[in-house]
Amino acid sequence: MSGVVFIASLVVSLALVHRPLGDYMYRVYSGTRHSAVERVVYRLIGVRPDAEQTWGGYARAVLAFSAVSVLALYGLQRLQDRLFLSLGMGPVPDHIAWNTAISFVTNTNWQSYSGESTMGHLTQMAGLAVQNFVSAAAGMSVAIALVRGFARGRTDLLGNFWVDLVRGTIRILLPIAFVGALTLVAGGVVQNFAGPQELTTLTGGAQDVTGGPVASQEIIKELGTNGGGFYNANAAHPFENPTSWTNWIEIFAILLIPFSLPRAFGRMVGQVRQGHAITAIMAVMALTSVTLTGVFELSAGGTVPQAIGAALEGKEVRLGVADSAAFAAATTLTSTGAVNSFHDSYTPLGGMMTMVDMMLGEVAPGGAGSGLYGMLVLAVITVFVAGLMVGRTPEYLGKRIGPREIKLAGAYFLVMPILVLVGTALAMASPEQRASMLNSGPHGLSEVLYGFVSTSNNNGSAFAGLTVNTPWYDVVFGLCMVIGRFLPIILVLGLAGSLATQSAVPESAGTLPTHRPQFVGMVIGVTVILVALTFLPSLALGPLAEGLS
Amino acid sequence: MIRMTRLPGRLTRQVPTAVRTLVVLTLILGGLYPLAVTGVAQAFFHDRASGSIVRENGKNVGSALIGQLFTDRNGNPVRKYFQSRPSAAGDGYDPLSTSARNLGPEDVVDSPGRPSLLTQVCARSKAVGELEGVSGARPYCTADGVGAVLKVFPAVGPVARAVSVNQPCPVRPFLSTYQGVKVECASPDGDYATGRTVPVRGDVRAVVPPDAVAASGSGLDPHISVAYAELQAPRVARERGLAPAVVEALIREHTMGRALGFMGEPAVNVLELNLALDRALGKER
Repeated sequence: MSGVVFIASLVVSLALVHRPLGDYMYRVYSGTRHSAVERVVYRLIGVRPDAEQTWGGYARAVLAFSAVSVLALYGLQRLQDRLFLSLGMGPVPDHIAWNTAISFVTNTNWQSYSGESTMGHLTQMAGLAVQNFVSAAAGMSVAIALVRGFARGRTDLLGNFWVDLVRGTIRILLPIAFVGALTLVAGGVVQNFAGPQELTTLTGGAQDVTGGPVASQEIIKELGTNGGGFYNANAAHPFENPTSWTNWIEIFAILLIPFSLPRAFGRMVGQVRQGHAITAIMAVMALTSVTLTGVFELSAGGTVPQAIGAALEGKEVRLGVADSAAFAAATTLTSTGAVNSFHDSYTPLGGMMTMVDMMLGEVAPGGAGSGLYGMLVLAVITVFVAGLMVGRTPEYLGKRIGPREIKLAGAYFLVMPILVLVGTALAMASPEQRASMLNSGPHGLSEVLYGFVSTSNNNGSAFAGLTVNTPWYDVVFGLCMVIGRFLPIILVLGLAGSLATQSAVPESAGTLPTHRPQFVGMVIGVTVILVALTFLPSLALGPLAEGLS
Repeated sequence: MIRMTRLPGRLTRQVPTAVRTLVVLTLILGGLYPLAVTGVAQAFFHDRASGSIVRENGKNVGSALIGQLFTDRNGNPVRKYFQSRPSAAGDGYDPLSTSARNLGPEDVVDSPGRPSLLTQVCARSKAVGELEGVSGARPYCTADGVGAVLKVFPAVGPVARAVSVNQPCPVRPFLSTYQGVKVECASPDGDYATGRTVPVRGDVRAVVPPDAVAASGSGLDPHISVAYAELQAPRVARERGLAPAVVEALIREHTMGRALGFMGEPAVNVLELNLALDRALGKER
C-alpha cells in the first residue's frame, strides 16, 4: 500500500508544480527581452535574436545543429584517449561511437556500451551530458514552434530556433538541474573527477569503487527525458540512485517538464482549458499504465517470479517492487529510458506494459517537447476522425485541418510503426541477428521487438539481454533513432508552418469542443485503437504468448 | 507536398551557427555546470560526493552504498559474516562491470554452459538453505536444486512422453510419472526443443526469502531484506559466540526504514552490519 501512497504523492506534487512551471515556460518562450548572459551568447554564436524563421528555416536549424552535434560527439569519443580525464580508456570503437553519438543527439540514450568501462569523464560530461541538455531543449523548441503555429495567424514565421534552444537550456533546464544535482548529492550520488579507487574489502578481496561527475549528469538525464546512465546499471546503480527518496526525485524529474508543457501550451493559445484537456489525456493514460504495471509486478506472474516469491529479479531491495514498477512506467511513458530495475526480467505482462507505453508513441506524457507535439498530432487526427463522422470540415483551436494538415499528421503517425515492424521483421529473418538474443522463445522476440520500439521512439531502455554492440544492431538501431527523431520533427514543423499561415476560423455551432471530457475520451480511444491495430499481432507473439501460456 | 528540394543547400548555411552554438553551450553545460556542481558538492557534502567511503582502522574498506562479497578465496561464504544477494556484476559486486542477469521470467530450461534463471534461483535457494540450516525448497524447484521442468511430447494432445529436462541422466527425475507417463531423465545429446515446456510447481513453501535468490539490477545492491538478515542471524551469532539478541539489535540498528514512511522498502546495509559485528567482537575481548 505504500506503493499507492508513493504514486499519489507524485500525482499531487506534479499537480501543484505543473502550473507555476508551465506559466514560467510560457513566459520564457513568449518573452521579448534577452538577459545579459543571453545577449553575450547570441553575439558569440552570431544570431540576431529578434529575427524569426519560417518552418523551413527552423527545421534546417534543428537539423544543422543535430548533425554538427553527432559529428562532434563521434569525434570526442574517437579521440578521448588523447584528451584529459580519459581514465586510460581507449577510443570508442567506430560502430559504438556512431550509435552513441546518434543516440544522445536524438534524445534516445540507447546504450550499446557499458559506461564504466567505455567512457572517460570528459566524454561523459562535455559530450554526453551536454547532449542531454540540448537534445531536450531542441525537442521543447519544436513543440513550442508547433504551438505557435496554432496560436498565430497569417504569418509564415514560427520563432527563432537558436533563441528557443538557448532559452530552454539556460532559463529552464540549467537552474532546475543545478538544484536537483545538489539534492541528489545530498542523498549519496557521487560528484567528483576521480577514477576507480581500489580498496580491500572486509574479507580481503579487491574492489574498485568508481567515481565521476555523476550527479550533474544524473539529474539532466531524468529532467531532459534522456535516460543514458553514467554507469551500465543506470539508475539501479547505488551511485546514481542511492535511496528510496532519490528514486522519488528522479521519477518526479522525469515527469516534470512533459506534464508542465501542456500548461504552457494552454497559455500560448490563449485558452488554458485546452491545456487542461491535453494534461487530462496524458494523465488518464499514464495512471492506467502505472497502475497496471504495478499490479502485474506485485502479483509476480510467470514461473521464475513465482519460484522467487516476488518479481525481485533485477530489482534493488531499497527501491522495492512497487516503486521500481512506477519508475519503469514513468521512463517508458516518457522518452526517458533510464531504468532503476531491469525490464528483461519483469513479469511477462509487466514487461509488456513497458512496451505498450512506448508503442503509444510516447505521448503520455512523452518526452520533453516530443510528448506535447506527439499528443497534438493525435488531437489533430482525432478531430479529423470526428469530422468524418459528422461530415464537417474538422478544425482544432480555430485552425482548419485540411488535406495538407492531415497528410502531415498521418505521415507523422506512420513513421514509428513502420520502423518498428519492418526492423523487427528484418532482424528475426536473419539467423545471425537472432543469435544476439539472450533468451529464447517468445521472450527472445520480445527482446528484439523492444529494441526496435525503444530506438524508433527515442526511448533508450532495453530488454538488456539482447547483445546490441554488434555492427549490425549499432547501425540499424542508429538509423531507427535518426529517422524516428527527425522525420517526425520535419513533419511537425511542416504542420506548424501550414497552420500559422491560416487565419483563425470563428467558432460555430458545428465546432467540436476540444476541452471537454468527451474530447479527452475520444483522443484516448483513437490512440488506443490505432496502437492496438498496429501492434497487437506482434505483442501476441511476444509477451502475450509468454504471459498467457 | 513539402518543398524539400532546396533543403541541402540552405542546410549548410546554418552550419557555422550550429558549430558556434555547440561550442558555447558545451563550455557552459559541459564545463562550468559540472565544475560548479562539483565545487558546491565537495564543499558541503564532501563524503557523499566522494562515494560514501567507509574507513576502518585507517584503511578504506568499501563504500556504504556499494555491496561486497563476503566470501573466501574459493567463493565460499565466510560464515561469521552476513551474506549479500546474488550479483551479476562481473564475478560478483564488481563496480567496473555493473549488470543485471537480464534473464526472462520464463527462462526455465538449462542449456549447455548456461543454467536457466530458474535453475540459478533453485541452486542458490538450496545453498542458502544448507548454509543457514533451514529448508532450501522452493516452488518450481527440485530437491537437488534445479528447475522442476518437464518437456512433454507431443506438444499438443495427450502426453506420450515426458522428460525432466534440467536433470541429466543418470539423475533420478523429481517426478516419477506425469499424467500416467513415466518421466525420463534428460539424455546429454537429446534435443527437446520441440516439446511443450511444463514447469511443475510442487506444494512447498519457500523459507529462504526472495532477495536471497534474486540478483539485483545493479549487481551492487548494498542491502538485503530484513527477512534475509533474520534468517542469517542465528548462524552469525553462533559463529561469533554472540547472544542472538545482540545480533538482532545490530540488525535493527542498521536497518534503513522507508523514507518518509512510504518510499521503497526497509533494507539492511550488509557492509555496515558486518563492520558493526566486527567492532562488537572487539569490545567483548
